[in-house]
Amino acid sequence: MTEIALSPWVAVPATVLLVSGGLLTLVGSLGLLRLKGFYARMHSPTMGATLGTGCVLVASMLVSSAVAHRAVIHELLIAAFLTMTAPITAILLMRAARSRTKPE
Amino acid sequence: MNELLDHAAGFAALCFMVAMAFALARLFRGPRAQDRVLAFDALYITGMLTLLTLGIRARSTVYFDMALLIGLFGFVGSTALAKFLLRGEVIEP
Repeated sequence: MTEIALSPWVAVPATVLLVSGGLLTLVGSLGLLRLKGFYARMHSPTMGATLGTGCVLVASMLVSSAVAHRAVIHELLIAAFLTMTAPITAILLMRAARSRTKPE
Repeated sequence: MNELLDHAAGFAALCFMVAMAFALARLFRGPRAQDRVLAFDALYITGMLTLLTLGIRARSTVYFDMALLIGLFGFVGSTALAKFLLRGEVIEP
């Protein structure tokens, strides 16, 4: 795709991380489709949100650092943001589901 | 080595596309509103990962900004939806 030749020390870990991140996210989303009940479905997409995102972000950091010939770590911004915001949505959604299924 | 990485990025993008299709199916099928909000949450995260994968494939850092913005606005949207389901108001007086 580009003429920059990446060394195997970058390309092979990035390949492994990309493939595993893609498969993890796929399995998490399959669980979102297949599991029965909201509380069971609640936990499966978090696999893509944590492990899949982590794998893809580390692969992106590796490749962009190798392309730019310096340490490029701005992907940590997405990682920190997602780490902070994913539990907030999960907690709000879980409380909404509890208050909607059990009216008192 | 570059072909290997490009093929891996293509495979990951394919996986993310199928994952987005699953989340979209749950979004349309979800029996209740909280299922749909959960599917939307999974959908925007998977879309963000797709953009990052395309950025790896194109060796460009332009996609990073789009991924960050999708993460930002997706969080705002899904939190507002969850808050609305919880209280019936997004911003309470």
